[in-house]
Amino acid sequence: MSPENAPDPPRARRPQRPRWAILGERAIEALIRLSGVSAILFVAAIFFFVLREAAPVLFREDFSLAQFLFSTEWYPTSASNVRYGTLALTVGTLSVTALAMALAVPFGLGAAIYLSEFCAPRVRETLKVVIELLSAIPSVVWGFVGLTVMSRLIVNLTGAPVGVNVLNGGIILALMSVPVIVSIGEDALKAVPDSYREAGVALGATRWQIVYRVLLPAARNGLLAAVLLGVGRAAGETMAVLMATGHAVHIPGGVLDSVRTLTANIAAELGEAPAGSDHYRVLFLTGTLLFLITFAVNITADFVVRGIRRK
Amino acid sequence: MRFARTLHVARKERAEAAAKAVFAFMAAAMIVPLVLIVGYLVYVAWPSLGWEFIVDIPRRGMTDGGIWPAFVGTLYLVGISLLVSAPIGILAAVYLNEYAKDNWFNRMVHLAVINLAGVPSIVHALFGLGAFVYAARLGYSILSASLTLAIMTLPVIIASTREALASVPMAFREACWNVGATRWQTIRAVVLPNSISGILTGVILQVSRAAGETAPVMFTGAVFFKAVERGELFPYGLHEQCMALSMHLYTLATQVPNVKESLPYATAVVLLGSVLLVNAAAIALRVYIRGRKKW
Repeated sequence: MSPENAPDPPRARRPQRPRWAILGERAIEALIRLSGVSAILFVAAIFFFVLREAAPVLFREDFSLAQFLFSTEWYPTSASNVRYGTLALTVGTLSVTALAMALAVPFGLGAAIYLSEFCAPRVRETLKVVIELLSAIPSVVWGFVGLTVMSRLIVNLTGAPVGVNVLNGGIILALMSVPVIVSIGEDALKAVPDSYREAGVALGATRWQIVYRVLLPAARNGLLAAVLLGVGRAAGETMAVLMATGHAVHIPGGVLDSVRTLTANIAAELGEAPAGSDHYRVLFLTGTLLFLITFAVNITADFVVRGIRRK
Repeated sequence: MRFARTLHVARKERAEAAAKAVFAFMAAAMIVPLVLIVGYLVYVAWPSLGWEFIVDIPRRGMTDGGIWPAFVGTLYLVGISLLVSAPIGILAAVYLNEYAKDNWFNRMVHLAVINLAGVPSIVHALFGLGAFVYAARLGYSILSASLTLAIMTLPVIIASTREALASVPMAFREACWNVGATRWQTIRAVVLPNSISGILTGVILQVSRAAGETAPVMFTGAVFFKAVERGELFPYGLHEQCMALSMHLYTLATQVPNVKESLPYATAVVLLGSVLLVNAAAIALRVYIRGRKKW
């Protein structure tokens, strides 16, 4: 028999799943991909819809972007002399955030070092639970604490005329951003390979010497990312600063002055601005600005973290 | 025999002890405010606290009485936002952990999730107002507010679900693929059942996050006051506005004159207590899973 007319070998029929099962699987996988992409869609949608409400004011000839960014005059409801300058608000955000970071960065990184290098496993578990609970406290509760407890404390201790000011907001924001800094900072320290520590121990170094000679330089980028995310958290916080920093739209002269931040300003005035008015659109423009700022901070933080991973 | 401690060693050990003490102090400095704040709030709130406070309605122009309408409103908002964000979040995490290859597009997805978590809550509020209230014509309603909350809390659920999925060993998947299962069959039969408790933890954390948010609901559907019968369970329709516990606290603290002193404190304690309880449940669940893990 020649090979040409040999009968086909009996083909094993592959067991087929029913058509509906295959289609169902296709459908669910499409759904999974769609959900995965949805994060991008949502971020784009946030930018689009916020900018869409803000856009008409951008193209008005009596509106100047330079004034919006660099003027300290914010008179949105004035009858004769309407001014939309956000510089005082930006400085307000900067001053509160800077004070918060001055408090939260040393404490946060110190606590991260303690958690990762010095403490016993059992203590670490307890502290991590505390950090998690601390980060779960809603911002409006923090704001309430600032408005009542903290402001009374500040008036009693410093003799300031009002207790809601930069100092108050800074302390509250520091407490709110410490958990972020601790948990990301601890991750960064944990990511340093143990062989680095072992090399230090073999040379007779104490833990503290290992921390500041070996771990801090090695984990530099991760710790920087932790600080950046803390900044992002503090600068974007709304309710707490709305309640704890007072409501004075001016450039603060000291930590006992009241200020208003970009976020708090939107929250305070959005309810009163009629939809579609210039005031309303300028508030959305402020929102766009905030979006861009936090976007830049988050991208930078991620880039910094990726930097170490790639090495 | 011991080596004598030279001056150098003694100095080194002193520095070590000092550093340890300083860092321990910094870590302890986080516990103190938590305890003090919770303690003080409960102390001032004590006269008002009780079951009656939760199920009663606000009385005498919100200067007395309870918080029932706000409490129920928060349940609505959290429940509906959960219905939306839990499926999307879990599926997105499945995509990121099980399907996504390491390419530029999926790095973008990853960055988008990080950004979604980093966008300030007030910007989410502006988005909700522009997109749901006006563009989608849902009006100021529970639906608008819940959708805003859902998008805002999505990263919480994605992050913890992803962590749960990543903790399932690769060998489990490989074993399943080797007997001829498809990717989705593997996920359904092996990956999800082995990570379900971790996913549940994420859902619980999402609840706690959504319950505490104020700004996003303030401009999209929550109102200062809405009349509700005492103890009524289903007072709201989805297209109506509602009260929310977080916003009620803000209102009591800043807008209503002559409030009974313990009233805002009690509201704060109920809000804080619910959130911390929910979080404690998530932590307990996690500890339980870790104790039971087979691999």
